[in-house]
Amino acid sequence: MNASADRIRSLRRAAVSLVIAAAVYEAFARSGAFPAALLPTLPAVAYRLYQMIVDGSMLWHTLFTLYRMLFGFALAIVLALPLGIAMGRYRPVERFVLPLASVLMPIPSLAWVPVFILWFGLGNTVAVLIVCYAAMFPLLLNAWSGVRSINQLWLRAAGAMGANEHALFWKVIIPGTSPFIITGLRQAFLRAWIAVVGAEMLAASEWGLGWVIYDAKEFLNADVMMASLAVIGATGFVFERVVFGSLERATVLRWGMMGVAKS
Amino acid sequence: MPHIEIRDVSLVYDTPVGRVTGLQNATFDIAQSEFLCIVGPSGCGKSTLLNIIAGFLAPTGGEIRIGGNAVSGHGMDRGIVFQDFGQLFPWRTALGNVAFGLEMKGVPKPEREQIALQQLQLVKLEKFVRAYPHHLSGGMQQRVAIARALAYNPAVLLMDEPFAALDALTRDDMQRLLADVWRKTAKTVIYVTHNVADAVFLADRVVVMTPHPGTVKTEVAVRLPRPRDPLSIEFLDYQKELLRHLGEQTRTA
Repeated sequence: MNASADRIRSLRRAAVSLVIAAAVYEAFARSGAFPAALLPTLPAVAYRLYQMIVDGSMLWHTLFTLYRMLFGFALAIVLALPLGIAMGRYRPVERFVLPLASVLMPIPSLAWVPVFILWFGLGNTVAVLIVCYAAMFPLLLNAWSGVRSINQLWLRAAGAMGANEHALFWKVIIPGTSPFIITGLRQAFLRAWIAVVGAEMLAASEWGLGWVIYDAKEFLNADVMMASLAVIGATGFVFERVVFGSLERATVLRWGMMGVAKS
Repeated sequence: MPHIEIRDVSLVYDTPVGRVTGLQNATFDIAQSEFLCIVGPSGCGKSTLLNIIAGFLAPTGGEIRIGGNAVSGHGMDRGIVFQDFGQLFPWRTALGNVAFGLEMKGVPKPEREQIALQQLQLVKLEKFVRAYPHHLSGGMQQRVAIARALAYNPAVLLMDEPFAALDALTRDDMQRLLADVWRKTAKTVIYVTHNVADAVFLADRVVVMTPHPGTVKTEVAVRLPRPRDPLSIEFLDYQKELLRHLGEQTRTA
């Protein structure tokens, strides 16, 4: 099997589906079924995107969104990963946390936004907490199942070689559950990325990709909306592929702990 | 004084169908640098006994002494090799796996890597130092596991059917390699197996165990010169003797 030829083929397939989707959209936009102001053509969207990039506003919106996103995501990692691992290791923790997680998990993170606004006011805090909330559960549950399914021989072997709890945690449990943790990070990122845009629509002021879409609605700026949507999609895609993809290649794929994903 | 003393070791555990005796009053000694095999059919408690010696299980009765001291819990005086290839850490290279015990001991990196390299040379894997376990064959992975168990220099090496999952040819190679490693390192080895040929090839003495309840039935000293020839008459006689001890049990059970 030639890996690079495979890669080119899959890129080509992805390009074909994107081009077809774009063509359908463009035909629809030019058909006159909707007013041009509401359904801008792709060149119009591209031009607006270009303008927003050149004047720096798109960069700032993106940076604000990423800042809220990464802050909340980091908070979720710090809280949920140790808790999930503790759930897998210690029965009482599992018994205490699991019912709470089961009740809280089905609540959509955006449903908390009005409550959080009451508590924390408009601004970054709400978005950060919403991101944290959205990201916590996939991290928690994946870490938990990762620890429960860890190969007991690794723990035994490490124990026999004199590993204490600290070494066991950092040198066996964390790498040993890495396939689950990475899956958790991916799922958490996706949920958090959706949540941050939603939270910004409701709770942010002045900056943020979610806010700019919501704000553009007031002025019927459909081209701004579409341009922002494109940036949201592209940024999410880059993170998923580049950040988590390389994390996966550097760890679980290299170690043979996970099969090569179909790309 | 024997290196390891096993005195009346029993293990009784509760199951939904009542109390089951997994191991009953196992008693024997192992001398310094002796290669002892424990042979028995599945369910005779031989792996249980090894796990008790390793300190992973606490016996419900009896006592184990190593060098005169009673054993409780696991310790770095014992290295262990399991049957499952999955025992290696997949996220560490062969060298990283072998160095793990030394790392836990706080040995500085250059020194522990040098020792790990020597251990890998001992099991003839010096060319695969930087390989991850999933790139190694089953036999190679078990050799890494042996090197890993020896690297922090325990006095005792415990082996739980380490070659049972290997094909016959690899198994023969591994037996020769292990006999060689044992000769060079002079460890006290306890090797659990259900394969009598393994036992006759490797052991100074064989402890035969029988199930229901798991007890020590007899001991057989293997008085053959090394390296042993698995095709010699004497070798086959020892195999027959062990099989007879095992077979008597199967008929009466």
